[in-house]
Amino acid sequence: MSTNSAMEPGTSMEEQFEVSKGINPWIRWFKLLLRSKTGTTGFIIVLTVCITAIFAPQIAPYDPDAMNPANMNAPPVWLEGGTSAHILGTDSLGRDMLSRVIYGSQVSLLIGVFSVIVAGSIGLVLGILAGYYGRWIDNLLMRVVDAFLAVPNILLLLVILGIFGSNLITLILVLGVTNWVIYARLVRGEVLTLKERDFIRAARSIGTNDRTIMFKHILPNVFSSFIVISTLSVATTLIIEASLSFLGLGIQPPTISWGYMLSTGRDYLATSWWLATFPGLAITITVLGIIFLGDWLRDVLDPRSQGRRP
Amino acid sequence: MGRYLIRRVLQVIPVLLIISFIVFALVYMAGDPVSLMLPEEASQEEIDSLREALGLNDPLHVQYGVYIINALQGDFGKSYRYNQDALSIVLERLPQTLELAIVSMIFATIIAIPLGIWSASKQNSYIDLIATGASVLGKAMPNFWLGIMLILLLSVNLAIFPVSGRGTLMHIVLPAITLGTAIAAEMTRLIRSNMIEIMQQDYVRTAKSKGQKDSIVTYRHAFKNCLIPVVTIMALQTSGLIGGALVTEVVFAWPGMGQLLVQAVNARDMAIVQACVFVIAVAVILMNLLADIIYRMIDPRIKYE
Repeated sequence: MSTNSAMEPGTSMEEQFEVSKGINPWIRWFKLLLRSKTGTTGFIIVLTVCITAIFAPQIAPYDPDAMNPANMNAPPVWLEGGTSAHILGTDSLGRDMLSRVIYGSQVSLLIGVFSVIVAGSIGLVLGILAGYYGRWIDNLLMRVVDAFLAVPNILLLLVILGIFGSNLITLILVLGVTNWVIYARLVRGEVLTLKERDFIRAARSIGTNDRTIMFKHILPNVFSSFIVISTLSVATTLIIEASLSFLGLGIQPPTISWGYMLSTGRDYLATSWWLATFPGLAITITVLGIIFLGDWLRDVLDPRSQGRRP
Repeated sequence: MGRYLIRRVLQVIPVLLIISFIVFALVYMAGDPVSLMLPEEASQEEIDSLREALGLNDPLHVQYGVYIINALQGDFGKSYRYNQDALSIVLERLPQTLELAIVSMIFATIIAIPLGIWSASKQNSYIDLIATGASVLGKAMPNFWLGIMLILLLSVNLAIFPVSGRGTLMHIVLPAITLGTAIAAEMTRLIRSNMIEIMQQDYVRTAKSKGQKDSIVTYRHAFKNCLIPVVTIMALQTSGLIGGALVTEVVFAWPGMGQLLVQAVNARDMAIVQACVFVIAVAVILMNLLADIIYRMIDPRIKYE
């Protein structure tokens, strides 16, 4: 339907532009989304997590830091001894688990999104430069990429955070600085093929300067695969952040994070299993949603790659 | 082949140099190790003489040069906590980490091969749906959480496996499942998509049309060819495998490099940290090199530029 209106004979360029600029693309995207079950599921999960994070103070039934020594390690509502006052029970200090899980989404999303922005920007710029200029810049960059790939991400993060200590900002920066290589490699590969395409050659032959070619002509063309890999790497970043918090080198209390909740919950495994279970469940569901959404984006944006389920 | 091999091995040198530079910079920024090495009541003279002995007063480039020469000889300094050569402490822990990694890999292979083939041959059936669903779930679960849940279910509640430590065969089951699940998930997905692609190839169709049995077509014709990319991609995941092992070891108190590293980082025992990074990096680089060479050896279609 949308394609029809855009191709209608007799409409001027401006009118066609107006149509595609208006509400149409959104509806088109939404229709595409509804066609995929997993994509829709992923979208709903991600949307829910975002809303939960933004409106945490309004949604959470209790102050997540309010302790209650009289009601420690209370079980969730469906177990014997559980009350509907604390649906997911309380933790070892009597704090409401549901409220803490809700607030935990804030840190996870914040770190996930911002570290991917940091990593993505570094990788995008370096990847374009290396792919476009080639020669020694490319050689050097690829060796640096190899070096980063030879050291497991979590190992490098452990060492850096162990040295500098960790708070929200350092964590975001460090996750960004250690994660840029995947973007750089992807973007470089795309640029290498793009560079030989006619429209780039044409631009070069009429004397367009390198910066315009790189950022006006090449950048928009690598953007779709860039978006796909960014989405999927929010998922891996969430898991890495949780692992770091679990090892005691990520987010420090009083900031609430799912990984840290999990690591304290481990000590009460024999008596109060819900302390370690719910934060982990929250991470798994969030990551699942992001993977679904990312896979759908890949199917839609990148026609070359075949979908998981054709 | 010979020339390719030489070039490929030579490429390792700048990579190791870059890693050494990053580690050197990090350790330099970590600050003065002297305060950790001496008792608090040490006099200024003692501090100064130790600084001089460690070469901390030399200019930066001299320090880096000395550091590289020492690293080449496997000397990363002494661990101040164990008062022992750092590399030998790390190498003592290496077999345990390798043991965990290898057993996990075997577990993953046993799960992934039948599941991948099965779901590819019965595309879009319920089996396929469950296999693909399970492989997405395996990727989405943080492995330390899976480990904790396994402990909760199988150690705490059912008391089948020990909670932590290393010793009997039973000790390795839970850590191996924990670490192996993510690998199995990735492997299943790879085998499935490769098998689907290969089953549409001409030679498979020919084999089918001449009346060959399904099982022979699947295993002898298709699966053999699907193994090549799967093996290489899995070998390239060594870095992720070792990274996962580090976390898994902490969950199960498995006495490998991961545990040693986390303790060393918390105690700022930089000699151990450096030795760990190098041992792991060299292991990953060797595995990638090996994968590359094997790939080219078993697949005659690839030419060495």
